[in-house]
This record gives sequence, C-alpha cells and structure tokens, in this order.
Amino acid sequence: MSQEAFVDFQDVWLAYNDELLAQNHFAVENINLQVKQGEFIAIVGPSGCGKSTFMKLTTGLKMPSKGRILVDGQPVTGPLKISGMAFQASSLLPWRTTLDNVLLPLEIVEPYRSNFKQKKAEYAERARKLLGTVGLGGYEDKFPWQLSGGMQQRASICRALIHEPKMLLLDEPFGALDAFTREELWCILRDLWTEQKFNVILVTHDLRESVFLADTVYVMSKSPGRFVVKKEIDLPRPRDLEITYTPEFTNIVHELRGHIGAMRKTGAAINQ
Amino acid sequence: MNKKSLESWSPWILLVLSILIWEGLCRGFNVSEFVFPSPSRIAQQTVEYRDVIAGHAWRTFWVTMVGFGIAIVVGVLLGFIIGSSRLAYAAVYPLMTAFNALPKAAFVPILVVWFGIGIGPAILTAFLISFFPIMVNIATGLATLEPELEDVLRVLGAKRWDVLVKVGLPRSMPYFYGSLKVAITLAFVGTTVSEMTASNEGIGYLLISAGSAMQMGLAFSGLVVVGAMAMIMYELFSAIEKHTTGWAHRGSQGE
Repeated sequence: MSQEAFVDFQDVWLAYNDELLAQNHFAVENINLQVKQGEFIAIVGPSGCGKSTFMKLTTGLKMPSKGRILVDGQPVTGPLKISGMAFQASSLLPWRTTLDNVLLPLEIVEPYRSNFKQKKAEYAERARKLLGTVGLGGYEDKFPWQLSGGMQQRASICRALIHEPKMLLLDEPFGALDAFTREELWCILRDLWTEQKFNVILVTHDLRESVFLADTVYVMSKSPGRFVVKKEIDLPRPRDLEITYTPEFTNIVHELRGHIGAMRKTGAAINQ
Repeated sequence: MNKKSLESWSPWILLVLSILIWEGLCRGFNVSEFVFPSPSRIAQQTVEYRDVIAGHAWRTFWVTMVGFGIAIVVGVLLGFIIGSSRLAYAAVYPLMTAFNALPKAAFVPILVVWFGIGIGPAILTAFLISFFPIMVNIATGLATLEPELEDVLRVLGAKRWDVLVKVGLPRSMPYFYGSLKVAITLAFVGTTVSEMTASNEGIGYLLISAGSAMQMGLAFSGLVVVGAMAMIMYELFSAIEKHTTGWAHRGSQGE
C-alpha cells in the first residue's frame, strides 16, 4: 500500500456563493484530511454540519473556495468518474428494473459507455453477480417499488459499485432503515469492502455504525463546519456484529458521543 | 354483482338512468322537439341523417387529430426547452400563461383573415387550445427532478443531456400522457368552435346549420357525436398511459 494519500484535502474552505464568501460565511472550513488508499473513513456530526458538502467536494460536484483537493494524486477539477455514490433515499428509477437500474452507470461512464450495446450481456452478467452477493439474486427483474426499503438500498449500493469505482461515497445510506436491516447491510458493506478494498467515505449519524465499519472516524462540528476529532478505530478485523457488544467497542462509541455532546453544549470546536 | 364490477359499470348505469329521466321528462311534460328533443327523437334523427353526420364527424375528427399532432410536437419541444433551462423557464413561462388566458375562440376571426374559411383555422384553433397543457406538463416533469438523482449521474460525468434523456424524459412520461388526455378533449373543443364560424364542413358547421333550420334533433346528434369521439380518444390515451407508464400508477400495496 502506498503511503501517499489517496484523498488529500489541503486547507479547504467552501462558501456556497460569492455573497456568502464576501461575508466570510463558510459551509465547511479549514479541512485538512489525508485518506490512505483503501481506507474506510466515516464522518459523524450533527445535522447541517456540512457532511454532505464535504461529499460534494470530494466528488468534484463542488469546487472549494480556498484550498486544494487531490484525489489519487490529481487535483480535482470536475466530477470524478472514479467514484460511486449512494444516498439515504435509494433514488432508483421506478421505470427500470433492478438490473437496469444497476446498469445505469455503465450507460454513462467511459469506457463502458461506448461498448455498452455490444457488451450488454456481459455487463448484465456482472450486475447479476453483484446483486447476488448482496442477497438480491432472483430480484433482478423486479421493479424497485416491488422491493422493500432494505432491498432498494442494496440495489442502490450495487449501482454505486457496478463501474468498479476506486471510491465509494455513502451519505447516510442506512438512515431510513430499521435497526435489524441496518445491521444486515453493515455486514454486506463490510464484505464488499473487504473483498474489493475501494476507498469508502461514509457520512452518518449513527456512531455505532461508524465505529463498526470504519478505520478512522472524523467528528465534524456545526457552524463552523470543521473536523474537530480524528479517531483511529483499532478494533481487529474482520469484525463481527458481536464486537458491537464488547466493552472496547462501547468505550469508543462512548468517547465519540462525549465529543458530540460537548460540542452541542458549547457550540464551539474542541481541540483534539 | 360485486363491488368492483359495479364500479366499472357505474358510468353506463348513470348514463342510461339520465337518458331514461330525460325521455320521461320530455314525454311527461310534452316538451316540443323544437325546444328540447327527447333522446328517442335524437336517436331517430341520428339514424336518419347518419351519412351526413358521419361525413361531418370524419372531417372534425381528422382536423382535430392534425391540430392535436402539431400540438404534441410543439408542446413537447417547448416543454423540453423550458424544462431543461432555468433561464428559458423564467423567460417563457409568464408569457405562455398570459397567452393561455386568451380565449382561443377569439383567434378564429383572425385566422380566417390569414387562412380563409376551411381547415386552416380549425386545425390551428385545435392546436392553440391543446398545446399548452402538454408543454406545461413536460416542463414540470423535467424541472422537478430530484437533486440526488442528478448528483448520482453527474458524479459519473453525465452531461446535462444524459441526465435529461436517461432520467428527465422517462420521468415526465406520466405527466405527458396525463396531459394528452386533457389536451385531446380540448382539441375537439377548438375544432368545433372554429367550424361553427369558419367552415362549411364538420360538426361545428352541422350544429350551426341544424340550429338555424330548427332541426334540434340533428343539432343534439352533433353534440353527442363530438362528445363520443372525445370520450373514445380520451379512453385510448388513458389505456396507452396505463400500458406504458404502469410504474407511476401502482397501487399502495405494490403488485
């Protein structure tokens, strides 16, 4: 594994428009972050602290007002095709079957785009395999609205992964699911990541989720949107759901909870 | 008869009931057929003049369909432009709303000056009256795209065009078919109104000439025929809509 950072934020600030910039009102500020190749990071923080803004910066959907972002050694200048995204809402297209939904990125991203028609069968096979690994075998030809919420979210993650991105961005992907389904999907995500070792940036409200899945958890504060705590999770891998009931696990969750609680009380950033 | 089949038969039952009451009132009060003809009299006249009516009905039908066809093309194009650009939306929408508020019947005399008596004014009136709902619905469907969905595609490097074709257009199809149902009935209104003053053929013309000849039965036949044509076309588009965009009309319990 190279020691060079795969995602590298160097003093990044973002204001949503020129007016806010003039008033020195930033959505996120002073972000310095280095993510190694294949690292799984989670970002936790209160609502509206700029977590989603951070995602948009990483994918190149938004350009920073100040500072520099490098991904894979290249400065980010526009949407990054090496990433896949999934959100809290599965946002599958209701007029496409599950299989066709998963294939959608291949109709858009090069190099798949130009040979999509010729190689459709091969790609469909790949999509079926991927759907199989997340437990959606047999549901390929169902429409999204015929699936349960958890199944839709699995399909949505498959859609984010079908073009084999180097980076997976998840914005509260399990937020709308019940506790059991959520834990089931944690394991699915863990297995996919263990197997393929893509980079993951997971934005979440759920501290247990972040500690269970991530190598490193970052805590963000709200207005100003900054990273205030960096916590390496050194729990051994592979992690099993059982680990969430161990004292080590609970201690980490508790510690993170403390940071967020303190932040909510004072409203100010705390030093590491 | 169970609840479901009662529901599907209910419009026919209501229709038959209304006709029976109408017939009963006309006979009971001995209403003159020059004032208000009974259904039986209308039916009798419809059969008597079936060739004449059929000729006028055909004319009205194809004129309407031509106007409607133009309305689809223009409505979709304008809707696409307005819906895909915020600037175009801001610029065009208020003007279009103002235009839509004008009574289209008022255009007929102007169209007559430009195109003379005949099919020209009728086609254009049908077009003018029916393109607006199509345009608005396409534009709305495109303009109300979920931002997350757009991000999912944009992050893959999708161009604006990709987003429109892969997501925007399919997503606005239910709106589009919904608008066709409204637009086709409006198109019949447009044609008929125009034919009443600016044509020597068509149901509109038939209505005027039957009325001035005190042939009330025939005038009512004309109304029935134009209503039936609009209804059939409405049901046709309704069926196409259900067939092609079933995903938008699913019940709450899925399948």
